[in-house]
Amino acid sequence: MGKGVKVEPILQVLNASKSFGGVQALVNVSFSVRQAEIFGIIGPNGSGKTTLINCITGFVKMDSGKIIYRGKDITNRPPNQIANLGITRTFQIMRPYYSLPAYKNLIIPLFSPRARKKGGWRGGGKLGDRSTVSIDILEEIGFERDSFVPYKLASSLPTGYLKRLELARCLALKPDIILCDEVFSGLSMSEIASMVPLIEKLQMDGITLIMIEHRLRELFRVANRVMVLNFGAKLTEGTPEEVMEDEKVKEAYLGSEKLLDYTFEA
Amino acid sequence: MDILIYGIVNSFSLALMAIGFTLVYGISRLPNFAHGALYVITGFGVWWFIHQLHLNYFLAILLALILMGLIGAGIYRFVLIRVRGMATSEIIATYAMGLAILEFLRWRGFKGMTYTLPVFIEGSINIVGVPVDLQRIIVILIGIVVVSFMWLFTHFNKTGLALRGMAQDEHAAMMLGIDSDWMAIIAMAIGSILAGLSAIVLLPLGNIVVEAGYNVLILSIAVCIVGGLGSWVGAILAAFMIGFVQILTVRYIQSHFHMVVALLAIILTLILRPSGLFGRQKELEERV
Amino acid sequence: MNDRGSDMELTTQERRKERLDRGIKVRTEGIYAISSLEEIGYLILPRLLLIMGLLLLPALVSSLYWKRVISITCIYALLALGFDFLAHFVGLVSLGGAFFIGVGGYIAAILNKYLGVSPAFTIPLASLLGATICTLLLLPALPLRGVYFAIVTLMYPLAISRIIEALNILGGTDGILGVSGFPSRWIEQYLIVLIVLVALFGLRRLVNEDIGLVFRGVKDNDQAVRASGLNITLYKSIAVFIASGLGSLGGAYLSHIYMWSGISQFALDFSIIPIAATVIGGGGTLVGPLLGCFILVPISEFLRAFGTLRIVFYSLILMAFIMYRSEGIMVYVQRKYHQFERWVKV
Repeated sequence: MGKGVKVEPILQVLNASKSFGGVQALVNVSFSVRQAEIFGIIGPNGSGKTTLINCITGFVKMDSGKIIYRGKDITNRPPNQIANLGITRTFQIMRPYYSLPAYKNLIIPLFSPRARKKGGWRGGGKLGDRSTVSIDILEEIGFERDSFVPYKLASSLPTGYLKRLELARCLALKPDIILCDEVFSGLSMSEIASMVPLIEKLQMDGITLIMIEHRLRELFRVANRVMVLNFGAKLTEGTPEEVMEDEKVKEAYLGSEKLLDYTFEA
Repeated sequence: MDILIYGIVNSFSLALMAIGFTLVYGISRLPNFAHGALYVITGFGVWWFIHQLHLNYFLAILLALILMGLIGAGIYRFVLIRVRGMATSEIIATYAMGLAILEFLRWRGFKGMTYTLPVFIEGSINIVGVPVDLQRIIVILIGIVVVSFMWLFTHFNKTGLALRGMAQDEHAAMMLGIDSDWMAIIAMAIGSILAGLSAIVLLPLGNIVVEAGYNVLILSIAVCIVGGLGSWVGAILAAFMIGFVQILTVRYIQSHFHMVVALLAIILTLILRPSGLFGRQKELEERV
Repeated sequence: MNDRGSDMELTTQERRKERLDRGIKVRTEGIYAISSLEEIGYLILPRLLLIMGLLLLPALVSSLYWKRVISITCIYALLALGFDFLAHFVGLVSLGGAFFIGVGGYIAAILNKYLGVSPAFTIPLASLLGATICTLLLLPALPLRGVYFAIVTLMYPLAISRIIEALNILGGTDGILGVSGFPSRWIEQYLIVLIVLVALFGLRRLVNEDIGLVFRGVKDNDQAVRASGLNITLYKSIAVFIASGLGSLGGAYLSHIYMWSGISQFALDFSIIPIAATVIGGGGTLVGPLLGCFILVPISEFLRAFGTLRIVFYSLILMAFIMYRSEGIMVYVQRKYHQFERWVKV
C-alpha cells in the first residue's frame, strides 16, 4: 500500500460535536484513519461533512471533542498551524487565486514555513526559485509542462484543471494528509477517470487521503474504507462493500434502488 | 451615591448615542461613520428652527426628527446604494460624508458658546440628597422609553420583525421576500432619528459644538464594539459598563479621562473578546 | 477586418468595444523588452518622466512658500502610497493616516529636543519606532474583519489628539517647540523627493515579488492563504509596519520642517487627503496616489483661505469618485497607454 505503513492511526477524531445556533452540525463523530489509506466520508446533503473538515483543519472551533494527529492533540489550533503540521485541505467551493496564472497560485503555499523547511522538489532547494518549483508540482498533477497551460490565468482554466490546482496547492506543502472536499464534483466521467490515477499515485507516495464525496461509484473504486454520516452523526463505517449492503445507509439515502445503481464492479 | 446617579445618567447618554449606530450596522452591515455628523446637524437644525424660523420648541424637535429620518433614508438611497457590497467603498463613503458635514458646519462658524439649546424643564430635584437636573432625569426617562420601544418594535411590529430577520441572516430574509435595500433605508432612517433624538436630549446639557460630532462617534463606536457590533442589547449593557467606569475614573483619577476609557475599552475588547458581549462569531471571519 | 469605415452606420447593439494590448506592449513583455530602443523607450519613458519631473520640481519653483508646499506634498504622498498599498494590495482600509504622522512627528520631536538626537538620526529612528508602535497598537484589529481595522484607524488619531489635549501631556495644545530643522534648504527640499521616489519604486518592486502575491492573496482569498499554512495576521502586520513606517517617516520629516510638533499633526487633512488622492489618482497603481497628491495638496493650499471648507471639498470629490465608480486618473492613463480600443461588429 505504500512505504512505511504504521499500525497506529495517523489521525483520530474523538467525539467531535459542533452546533451552529440551533442546528446540530456534528454529533459525537469519532473515527480514525491509518496512514496512506484512502478514507471516504459520504452522506446525504447537510450531514455535516464539510463541517467535519472545517473542524479538523481548524477553520471552525468544535464545541467538544478532540482531534489527535500522530499522537498529538491538535484540537482547535488555527488553520495555518494545522496546515504546517501536514494536514491540508481542498475547498468544496473552489478558491483559486483567479487573477493569477496557475503556477503563481502555488507560490503562496510555497511561502509557508513547512514548504520552506522541507525544501524544494528535486533540487529546487530551500531558497530555490519558487516559480520553477511550482511548475514541477504542476507537472506532477498533470499540467503539461511544455504547454502554455501552467501560465494561463486561473480564471480561464476549466474545472478539471482547477480541481487539480486545488490538489497542487496541498502538495506544495508536502502534506501527510489531504482532506478532499468533493473533489470529483462538477467533473465529467472522463475527467474523473483521469483523476483516479492521480489519487492512487498520491496514495502510493504515502499520503493519506480523506475524501468527502457524493460520487459514490467513483469513490468506492479508490477508497479503502468509508464512513457514512447522517444528520451530523456517524451511521456506520467499513469497507465500501460493507457500507453498500448496510440497510441504514440505503434508508438514509432515501431509496435503496438508487444506491443499487452505484454497485461497483471489482 | 451621586456616583450611582451620574453613572446612570452617563450610561443612558451613551446608550442613546450608540443605539443608532449599532442598529444600522446590525441590519445592513454598514458602519455609519457619519453618525456623529447626524448628531450635530440635528442640534443645529433645532437651534435654527427655534431662532431663525421662530418655531415652538417641540415643533422644532418634531420637525428636526422627521427631517433626520428623511436625511438618513436619503443618504442610503442616493449615496450608499451605489457602493453597496464593496466594503472598502462603503466605509470610505460614510467617512467622507461625515467629515464633509462636520467640517462644513465648522466652516459656517458654528463654534463657541453662542449656540445652545434650552433644557426642556428648568430646575432640579433632589434624589436621596443628590441634586440632579431635571434634564438629566429626562435623559434617563427617554433612555428607558427608547429601549422599551426598541424591544417592542423588533418583537411585535411587522417591520421591526423584518429588521430583526435581516439582522440575523440577510440571505434567508431575502429569500422570504424581505427587500434588503428597503430594510437598509428604514434602518438608516431609524438610526438617524435615534442619533437626532440623542442630540436633542443631550445637547441642552451643554453647548452645541462641532467637536461633539467626533466625540459622539468615538463613544458610540466604543460602546458598540464592547457590546458587539450589531447587537443593541449588547450596546445598552456596554453603555452601562463604560458609563460607570467613566464616572468612576473622573471621580477618582482625573477629570478628563473619558476618552482614555473609551479607547482602552475598544482595545481591550478587541484583544480579549473581539466579538464583544453579544456579538456573533460571524463578525470576525467569514464562514468557510 | 477594418470596421472603422462602416462605424457610422452601425448602432451600439450591433457593435461592441474591444480592447487590445498595443503591439508595443506585447513586444515588451519579458525578455523582449530590451530588444530594441523603441521598446526600451516605451517602458522607461514614463518612469523617466516621473523621476525627472519630481527631481526638477523644487528647482523650477521659485517661491520659498511653494517649495515648502512641494515638500508637504511629498509627505502626503508617503501617506497615500501607504494607503494605496494597504487598501489595494492587502485589503486593509486605513482611515487614519494622521495617526502615523502624529506618532512619527512626536517621536522625532522628543528624540530631538529631549535627547538631543540630530535629524539625520531622528528621522530613521522615528520611522522604525513609529512603525513598531503603530503596528502594535493596530495589532488587535488585524485578525478581525476589515471593518474593525477601519474603525480602529479612524479612532486613534481622534482619540489621541483629544487625550493629549485633555491630559496636557506631550506639550498639550502648544506642542513641542524648539525642534531643530534641516542643516540646509537643499537637503530639506530634495531628501523628501528622493525618499518618495525610493518608496514608490520600492513598493512597486515589493508587490511584484513573491511576497506581494501573498499580500494579494490575503486580500482576495484569505481562507485559501490560511489553508496554505500562512499566518494571515503576520503578513498583515508586515504590511501595516511598512505603511506606518512610511507615515511615521513623513511625520518626523514634518516636525523638522516646521521645527515643531503638535496636535495638528493628527489633523484630519492627513487622514482624508491620502484617501482622496488615491481614489482620484487611481487606486492600485501606486503612482496614482502620487499624482493625486500633487493635484490635491496645491489646491488645498489655495483653499486654505476658506478654512475647513477644503476638507468639505475633498470629501465631496472623494464621494463623487466613489459613487460613480471612477477608476482614477492613472488607471485610465495606463489603460490608454497599454491598450487601444476599437469598435468591432458583433
